[in-house]
Amino acid sequence: MKRSKRIEALDARPVNLDGYINEWAEMGFVAMNSPYDPKPSIKVENGRITELDGKRQEDFDFIDQFIADYAINIERAEKSMAVSSLDIARMIVDIHVSRKEILELISGITPAKMTEVMNHLNVVELMMGMQKIRARKTPGNQAHITNLKDDPVQIAADAAEGALRGFAEEETTMGVARYAPLSAMALLIGSQVGRPGVLTQCSAEEATELELGIRGLTTYAETLSVYGTEKVFIDGDDTPYSKAFLNSAYASRGLKVRFTSGSGSEVLMGSSEKKSMLYLECRCLFVTKGAGSQGIQNGSVSCIGVTGSVPSGIREVLSENLVAALLGLECASSNDQSFSNSDMRRTARTMLQFLPGTDFIFSGYAAEPNYDNMFAGSNFDAEDFDDYNVLQRDMQVDGGLKPVTEKEVIHVRNKAARAVQAVFRNLGLSPVSDEQVEAVTYAHGSKDTLPRDVTADLAAAEDVLKRGITGVDVVKALAESGFEDVAESVLNMLKQRVAGDYMQTAAILDKNFHVLSGVNTPNDYMGPGTGYRVDGERWEEIKKIPHIINPKEI
Amino acid sequence: MQINEELVRQITNAVLRQMSQTDFSSDYHETLLTDTSTDEIPSMVGKERINEVKTSYADYPRAKKGTNPKEVVIGVGAAFQKEITKTIRGISLDDVLRNVQAGIEEEGMVSRVIKILDTSDVCFMALEAAKYSGSGIGVGIQSKGTAVIHQKDLYPLSNLELFPQAPLMTLETYRQIGQNAAKYVKGEQVVPIPCTNDPMSRPKYQVKAAIMHIAETEQLDPEIGAVEWEGR
Repeated sequence: MKRSKRIEALDARPVNLDGYINEWAEMGFVAMNSPYDPKPSIKVENGRITELDGKRQEDFDFIDQFIADYAINIERAEKSMAVSSLDIARMIVDIHVSRKEILELISGITPAKMTEVMNHLNVVELMMGMQKIRARKTPGNQAHITNLKDDPVQIAADAAEGALRGFAEEETTMGVARYAPLSAMALLIGSQVGRPGVLTQCSAEEATELELGIRGLTTYAETLSVYGTEKVFIDGDDTPYSKAFLNSAYASRGLKVRFTSGSGSEVLMGSSEKKSMLYLECRCLFVTKGAGSQGIQNGSVSCIGVTGSVPSGIREVLSENLVAALLGLECASSNDQSFSNSDMRRTARTMLQFLPGTDFIFSGYAAEPNYDNMFAGSNFDAEDFDDYNVLQRDMQVDGGLKPVTEKEVIHVRNKAARAVQAVFRNLGLSPVSDEQVEAVTYAHGSKDTLPRDVTADLAAAEDVLKRGITGVDVVKALAESGFEDVAESVLNMLKQRVAGDYMQTAAILDKNFHVLSGVNTPNDYMGPGTGYRVDGERWEEIKKIPHIINPKEI
Repeated sequence: MQINEELVRQITNAVLRQMSQTDFSSDYHETLLTDTSTDEIPSMVGKERINEVKTSYADYPRAKKGTNPKEVVIGVGAAFQKEITKTIRGISLDDVLRNVQAGIEEEGMVSRVIKILDTSDVCFMALEAAKYSGSGIGVGIQSKGTAVIHQKDLYPLSNLELFPQAPLMTLETYRQIGQNAAKYVKGEQVVPIPCTNDPMSRPKYQVKAAIMHIAETEQLDPEIGAVEWEGR
C-alpha cells in the first residue's frame, strides 16, 4: 500500500507511542462498567449486613465481610440505598447540597451503588464534585524526592528545593532498598531546611517503613497497599485485617498514615474477577475506610498504563479520586507516574485534579528530572516547574507550588547538603566531601553529581539501624554542628506525634507547625462566592513567575 | 503454541508499534502496514484465557531443597520457555537463562533451575527459589524478564536486589545478576548493579506487561508447587 504522508505524520506523533487496548471485561480491561459488575443491594438483619451487592453472607469473601462489618453505616444503609443512583449523582454536583449532607448519605451505600453513581457523571461533573467534596479547604501538593544513585546529599538538596517551592509532603524511595535509613534521614533534614513543617515519607518494604517511622526518621507513611480482589491480597501475604493492624501500629506512635490503592493493579496481577476497574477500586476504598485510615493515595497510581489504555480510563481515574473524597478520606490523587509520551495527553490528565483541587494534586510530583525518579517516572518533573507555575497563573488556580528565585534555590540546596554532611560526620556515618556538597548545590540531577562510595553508604545505613539511631539523634547532631534552626524544626516535627493533631483527615503543617486539616479548615464550597478562592498574598506569590517583560527595557 | 503467541502479538499490536524500528522483523513491517485500522484487532470479548491450553507439570520431578552450599537456585516463571519464549523487550529466554547461569559459574558457584508454579509474583518467586537453594540465595525471573535476587531469611517484599523495569534489561544485566547472586553466596561485599530508569517504560509497555503476566499466571499450578527445570 502506498502510504499517505498525512497518516505517516500522525503515526509519528508521541501519542501513538502509548499503549491502548480494546475493552475485554473477562480480563478486567474495562474502566467503569463491566457486564460482570454486581447490581447494588443490601440486606440488614439484626443489625448486621447479611447481603451485599447481590451476595449472601455465606458467599462473602474477606473483602465483602470486612466492608459489611466496618465500612458501611448500618443505621443509614437501607435509607441510603433507597435513593436512586441518579439522584445521588445530581446531589454531588448541586451547589445547594452541602458536603456534609452528601457524606452522610454516602455513608450508607455499597461499593456497587457507588460505582453506579459515578457512571452517571461526566468529567466536568466529576470535577465539580471534587471541588466540593475534597476534605481540606486549601489544595496541596506532594513531591517525589529520589535519584538514580540513591545519593543522600542530593536527596537533601532536592528536598530543600521542593519544600521551598511549596510541596507540603515529600516522599522518597530507593533503587537499592538497603539505602532506606540514609534516604529517610536526608529527606527529613533537607525538607526542614527548605520550609519548616513539610512532612516526609520513605517508601520501603512495610516492616522497614514502620521501623523508620517509629524511630522518627520519617513523619508520615503512605505505602499501605490494599487491593480489590481477595486473590491479589493473598498474593501479597495480606488481608484487610493485617492492613488495619499495621495502620494501628502507626497510630499507636502518633504517625500520620494513608493507604494506597488504585485501579489496574488487579488487571496487572491477572486477578480482576472480570469486574470493572472502578468497582474493584471502590472495594479498596471501602476497605480503607473500614480500616480506619484517614486517607488514601489513589488514581490508578503505578498502574496508570493499564487504566489509561482503555476507553474512558482517565475519567475512571478521576472517579476513583472522587469516591475517596465521598467516603470522607483524604485523597492524594496520583498524577505521580509517567503516563504518556504526549505532553498534551499527560497535561490534560492532570487538569482533572489540578482544576478542582484535591488534598494532594500529585502524590508525587518528581522534584528532580524524571531520569532520577525512582518511582519509574512521574507525570510531571522538575523540568515542568515553570510550565506548572504558568498554568497556576493563567487560570488563577492554586496547584500548591510557587515560583522561586535562583538565589533562593542555590541557598537552600547548599544549606541542606551541608547539614547532611555535618550530621553524617557527627554520627560517624559515611563521609560527604566538600566537592560533593558543591556539585549537589548546583546540580539539576544525578548526572551532575559525584559518585558515592556505595559500600560505605550501605554499611552506614546498616549501622543506623544497628545502633538504633533515632530522630532525636538527628536533632542533637544538627544542634551540635551549628544548624540550630534545622534542629529546632526537626524537633518540632517529632513533637507532632505527641500532640497527634496531624493524624486528622488531610492534615498538613504550615511553616509555624500549625495543622491545616479537613477538621479545623474544612472545605466549605457551596458554589460561587464560597469555598477556597485564590486571592491576597497567595495570588501575588503565584503571579511572580520568572521571565516577565520589563517595559522599561523595550 | 504458535497460535497462542500470534494471538498475544495481535492484541498488543498497538503497544508494539512504539518499539524502535530496528526491533521490527521485516514480516512485522508487513503486519503493521496491513494493521492500521482497529477493525482488524480481533475481539477478545467472551474469552477467558490467553492460551487455551494449560501445560501439565504432573510428570516433572518436584523441586528439592538443595544441600550444596555453593548453589544458587534460579526460579523461573510458569510460562517460561513454554508459552512465552521472549522477554517483554524481545530477548530470548534461553539466552536470559544461559547468561544468569554463566554469571553464577564465573564466580565459581553452581546453578540449578526450578520452575515456580505457586506464584507469579517475582518477589515471592525469588524468595521461594532462595528457600530451595542450598546457599539460601535465589534468583527469580518472570517470563517478561523482571528479576529479583533474594535471600531465604528476608521478608518477601524486601530483597537483595530488584530489577523492576524489564524493558531495560540486557543480557549483560542478566549475567551481572548471576555474578552478584554468586557473590552474595560467597559473603563478599557486593556492589549492587547500578539502577537504570526509563520514565517512558510504563506508557509503552504496561499493557503488554499485564497480558504477559496474565499468560504466566494462568499457567500456575499450586498443587504441584515447583519442579526441576533445565530449560525444556
